[in-house]
Amino acid sequence: MTSIFDSERRNIPCTLIEAGPCIVTQVRTEEIDGYSAVQLGFGEKKEKHTPAAMQGHFKNAKTTPKRLLKEFPQDSGYSLGDTVTVEIFQVGDYIDVTAKSKGKGFQGVVKRHGFGGVGGQTHGQHNRGRAPGSLGPGSTPSRVFKGMRMAGRTGNQTVTIQNLQVLKIIPEKNLLVVSGNVPGRRGAYIYVEK
Amino acid sequence: MEELIKLIEAPYEKNDIPDFQAGDTLNVHVLIKEGDKERIQQYQGVCIQRKNGSGMKASFTVRKISGGKGVERIFPLHSPSIAKIEVVRRGVVRRAKLFYLRDLSGKSARIKERRS
Repeated sequence: MTSIFDSERRNIPCTLIEAGPCIVTQVRTEEIDGYSAVQLGFGEKKEKHTPAAMQGHFKNAKTTPKRLLKEFPQDSGYSLGDTVTVEIFQVGDYIDVTAKSKGKGFQGVVKRHGFGGVGGQTHGQHNRGRAPGSLGPGSTPSRVFKGMRMAGRTGNQTVTIQNLQVLKIIPEKNLLVVSGNVPGRRGAYIYVEK
Repeated sequence: MEELIKLIEAPYEKNDIPDFQAGDTLNVHVLIKEGDKERIQQYQGVCIQRKNGSGMKASFTVRKISGGKGVERIFPLHSPSIAKIEVVRRGVVRRAKLFYLRDLSGKSARIKERRS
């Protein structure tokens, strides 16, 4: 992440995304698959790390083995072996970004679910500051309801951030500059959708 | 990755920023828009902290006493609305963040001048 200034001199936090070039490795059609989509491949991978079956899959598309494959709903007639570049985006477009969020380990309810904790800081109160409080009513139903939000493993989930604005595009470097932040660590693989 | 970030930041980066640190008295020339006209307002005070290095995210805080009230303003270091930063006076201080100045007033809030 970094930040840039717009024409009004406002400071805009932004994230750099290396988007593509992606190769169309498979085209799903209504007749054969019952839905229409394109499968895009991104990132290089060594041939010796690719199973023979996958090598054949990439050979069909006349391309080298790719690290990541992902299907996107098709609306604009791509065919096998086509290259999808960052140029499908325009400055000002709003995009959705999907990625795995950073793992945070075992966390309490305050961080995990945004609970407020119990009580205040003063009036003799102690050690309940970040506690979850009551889990529900007593002898009826005399159990804790399913889905009660509690402490546990946090992060490392697939998260989608919607409506990030494209601020800049640098086609030579396949770079997208989008406003705000995206899930995941630095250098993580993410999916970008218009 | 770092190179790519530099590439994006390059057009916004300023290279005429003077060398200053916490404790220095600064005169910041701020561009202010009024309708369609633009003018420069000067804001003079003590720099009480510099934050986040020297890159695009860097900022500094300037504190002054205005009408008997303490006022602090945080500027992004590379902000295009800063026309100029002048170092009026260099100060001798023993820490990087001078938040203790908030609790002081009058004579005790003075900072000794640094002479090289």
